[in-house]
Amino acid sequence: MKLTLSWLRDHLETEATLDEITYALTDLGLEVEAVTNPAAKLAPFTLARVQSAIQHPEADRLRVCIVETDEGLKQIVCGAPNARAGITVVLCKPGDYVPGIDVTLGVGKIRGVESHGMMASERELELSDEHTGIIELEGGHIGQKFTDWLAEHRPEVVDPVIDIKITPNRPDALGIRGIARDLAARGLGLLKPLEIEPVPGGFPCPISVTIDPALKAKGCPLFTGRLIRGVSNGPSPQWLQQRLLAIGLRPISALVDITNFFTYDLNRPLHVFDAAKVKGGLHIAPAKGGEELLALDGRAYTLRPGMMLISDDEQPESLAGIMGGEHSGCTEATRDVFVESAYWDPITIAATGRALKISSDARYRFERGVDPAFTLPGLELATQMVLELCGGEASDIAMDGAVPDTRRAYKLDPARVQSLVGMEIPEATQRATLEALGFVIEGNMVTPPSWRPDVLGEADLVEEVARIASLTKLKGRPLARETTGVPKPILTPMQMREKAARRMLAALGYNECVSYSFIDAASARLFGGGQDACLIENPISSEMTHLRPDLLPGLLAAAARNQARGFADLALFEVGPAFSGGEPGEQQLQATALLVGASAPRDAFGSRRPVDLYDAKADAEAVLAAVGAPTRMQITRKLPVWWHPGRSGAMALGPNTLCAFGEVHPRVLRDMGVKGPAVAFTLYAEKVPFPKLKTPTRPALELSDLQAVERDFAFVVDARVEALVAVNAAAGADKGLIESVRVFDQFTGDKAEAQMGAGKKSIALSVRLQPRDKTLTEAEIEAVSARIIEKVTKATGGALRS
Amino acid sequence: MSDLQALKGKYLAGIAAAADEGALEELRLAALGKKGEISLLMRELGGMAPEARQAAGARLNVLKDEIDAALRARKAGLADAALDARLSAEWLDVTLPARPRRTGTIHPVSQVMEEVTAIFADMGFAVAEGPQVESDFFNFDALNIAPEHPARQEHDTFFMARAADDPRPPHVLRTHTSPVQIRAMQAQGAPIRVIAPGRVYRMDMDQTHAPMFHQIEGLAIGRDISMANLKWTLEEFFSAFFETKVRTRFRASHFPFTEPSAEVDIQCSWVNGQLRIGEGSGWLEVLGSGMVHPKVLTAAGVDPTEWQGFAFGMGIDRLAMLKYGIPDLRAFFESDLRWLRHYGFAAGDVPTVHGGLSR
Repeated sequence: MKLTLSWLRDHLETEATLDEITYALTDLGLEVEAVTNPAAKLAPFTLARVQSAIQHPEADRLRVCIVETDEGLKQIVCGAPNARAGITVVLCKPGDYVPGIDVTLGVGKIRGVESHGMMASERELELSDEHTGIIELEGGHIGQKFTDWLAEHRPEVVDPVIDIKITPNRPDALGIRGIARDLAARGLGLLKPLEIEPVPGGFPCPISVTIDPALKAKGCPLFTGRLIRGVSNGPSPQWLQQRLLAIGLRPISALVDITNFFTYDLNRPLHVFDAAKVKGGLHIAPAKGGEELLALDGRAYTLRPGMMLISDDEQPESLAGIMGGEHSGCTEATRDVFVESAYWDPITIAATGRALKISSDARYRFERGVDPAFTLPGLELATQMVLELCGGEASDIAMDGAVPDTRRAYKLDPARVQSLVGMEIPEATQRATLEALGFVIEGNMVTPPSWRPDVLGEADLVEEVARIASLTKLKGRPLARETTGVPKPILTPMQMREKAARRMLAALGYNECVSYSFIDAASARLFGGGQDACLIENPISSEMTHLRPDLLPGLLAAAARNQARGFADLALFEVGPAFSGGEPGEQQLQATALLVGASAPRDAFGSRRPVDLYDAKADAEAVLAAVGAPTRMQITRKLPVWWHPGRSGAMALGPNTLCAFGEVHPRVLRDMGVKGPAVAFTLYAEKVPFPKLKTPTRPALELSDLQAVERDFAFVVDARVEALVAVNAAAGADKGLIESVRVFDQFTGDKAEAQMGAGKKSIALSVRLQPRDKTLTEAEIEAVSARIIEKVTKATGGALRS
Repeated sequence: MSDLQALKGKYLAGIAAAADEGALEELRLAALGKKGEISLLMRELGGMAPEARQAAGARLNVLKDEIDAALRARKAGLADAALDARLSAEWLDVTLPARPRRTGTIHPVSQVMEEVTAIFADMGFAVAEGPQVESDFFNFDALNIAPEHPARQEHDTFFMARAADDPRPPHVLRTHTSPVQIRAMQAQGAPIRVIAPGRVYRMDMDQTHAPMFHQIEGLAIGRDISMANLKWTLEEFFSAFFETKVRTRFRASHFPFTEPSAEVDIQCSWVNGQLRIGEGSGWLEVLGSGMVHPKVLTAAGVDPTEWQGFAFGMGIDRLAMLKYGIPDLRAFFESDLRWLRHYGFAAGDVPTVHGGLSR
């Protein structure tokens, strides 16, 4: 919402400065977004008089002028044809910045003659495009500030423009008068009375108006209008054009400019019909559906059933409350005009405007709520201005419906301001504030004015009082703690888990990423997503159409971007939500980490090698430990398709997969443009069970003084026998005695097969025996060893390596 | 007894002259071994008269200890010399870079979330959560944003696609963390003090906007909690967060879910284009807040005639930008390794109230 200072002063009698006004506006909740003060760039310039102008000795077109200034006589070389003795000019001195030529002046020498400044043209000061000569001023005195002269003689060019962000609850502030009323309530001046003189009709209105009963009940409770015949609709007068131009509106014709004027001045949108084009009466009725209307914006709209439409006896003429029709629009040829002032229901207007995707000042205002009680007064004011600017004769008023009754009253509890806001404001001040805003107080009941549809309860009265008093004055008051003593922990176990996973991943050397929750359809499909349930109806780009089914695509995309920048080796992670569907709650917390490229940079120790499955597994185990997962889990190969079919695994407890790890499927890498190798793991944080019993007590530490014994075994097994089978078999040989079983070597590949036979490999286990009550004898050790060998060979189908 | 003196002189000289451990061992055997000279003399003691035996025995023991000590000292000396000789040959280039170890980082959003949580936890706020795909009831209706109200249009909402045969209004990607207010109050009732950090979504992308960002919601409901308590809470928070005293300015504003509503500015100055929080005469808008609207309390099942309190919402990314001087919001979500390394935090930098929020 834009307004100029002088327009504001039409409604507000005030001595306040521009700064005081803009500060108050923002403080009142009418946030000033920008102030354009055209006087600011003209501030340095002063008036001067040319004493003499003689021909430059070296140049035909130049004159050497002696100029009387506030700093004495100055010599200025000037090329303007009108530079001559006796004229009053605008002086720009050395050091001044001249906006129109983007130059800071210095003392110059022009063809050998010194020049101390310049005399400006309108274009050089960005006042207009005029550049045939320098500015010649009427009146004024030497040394007077040019801006002061302008304020006196051409106030419109130094009129500051204020741009305010109006919150949706304040339709009244979409009229300049509403803004003035707030400022007056704050004490920044007096709201000038608004004189409304009804214009008597000279003849019956030939255009009848009727509202469909359904719309009278909801949609259009009141429609008024009148004919003004014999108008001449030329360009509007200069003052009106300048007002509209200043706030960014294009002057069109007097009749149209008048409607725009009242839209902004009093938040009273109007419409003007060329009465000659209207056949019969105007009917306000719901559209049947399918009607077409060419609107004033030049676009054709097809109406849906129920949309409010103003038609004459023959055809639709106007999209009610939103935009008029081209057919009956006013032109310079309009002689008889029908002026409409109606009240339209906000919700109906909003729904129609959104459905038709049509924006207009009228829609913007009606959907926020204009003052229903001002419908008829608005028509009177508009009639007056039409008669003044365009002449003509007004008819009686044609009208259907009545002003909707919006009266309601709320109790003013003066203590409420103190209890809710915490400011002490005397009751008399509270009452005066509300009255200044137009509220009517009877006893302790307060009736909001008809232009404040937002006030709907006691809390709103408190807000009005506090807002006008200024929340800047609010003093903080300590918020007492709810409990005494040491506060209890406030994070949930899952929140702690998320934090633990994140810190561990960073400790393991991964860089945390935060990627968008939505990804492109193709990537989503690679990861089991992309279904319609996860489709965003109005995505911002084709790269962000679906909720991500997994965190890995985001990390892979990040890896590809970083590789393009020359970073080949990456360790990235993200902890965040993945989405399995489009219903609230269909989101799962994942912690996903990705390793790409080599394990380390090239160095003197040969540390560099391609990352592999076991890097990912080691880090996965560390993160699982950090979130409190059990140490022993099944390892399966049941994994979704984006993992390498033979080089990935899942750590599971029964049917629950807690973590997937391994190589990313090479096809996925190719599709996502990542140069491998790439390994990853995903922790499904919510799948990790919480301990059944939470106690800080540790189980007792059992230490044996007896010597532990380690025995090594090597088995030849089929190449695809998994080591865990052998480990579990060995551990099961004597659960009381065997403390741990560790794989300490494996021998695979061509050399192994050459030794042990095709399709074979060797696995070496180290078994640690911990006796509990007495030292083991050699015979006992032998017995356990035999059982281990038996169990392992049976479980693996292999043999002890000889 | 002169024998013993001679013996002593011979062995001590021999020990001093021994060049290696082998020579020392030979000397030990010759003197103290089973058939060593001193051992043999010891054996002879058995045949002596008691008095003579006592005197001779004592002398022999002294001699034995002396030789033993000399042997040990010489042995240690030889070992030291040998070690010194070895060490003089051992040399590594200590300027070589160490074995590589990756250094991970925590994203500023996560770090700042932890900072904010630490501060509010200290003030007695718990952490609440809610889904990011929300029903329009929780995202709008329950927050007093009626379906056709222009305020709803101002939210730049992302809608989930709705199947043609599903008559429900489409779900949305939550446009703010405020729906968590409703969920938390429905679950817990009043009194309540919670914060709710998390991702939010707006259909907006330009220099200063990203379609996803992070907010933190605050909610405190009690019998007599007022806007003055809100101001204190926020000033305490900002002072703790920015680690300097920060004043706030409340400006009247409008949010459908609070009444009265206020935008909150923090005190700042710009010095040579650099922002400094907590000093100077400038003001920077950082959050929206207010007293929870009676209709919102009612929607959440809390009786507004009994309970009242405040709510606020602010951008976590923006807090991070202000505190750590990060210029561009969109870069938060681009995962540029250079950015992650430069603006990220070490794994061990866990912010706490007792240990400080930043290094």
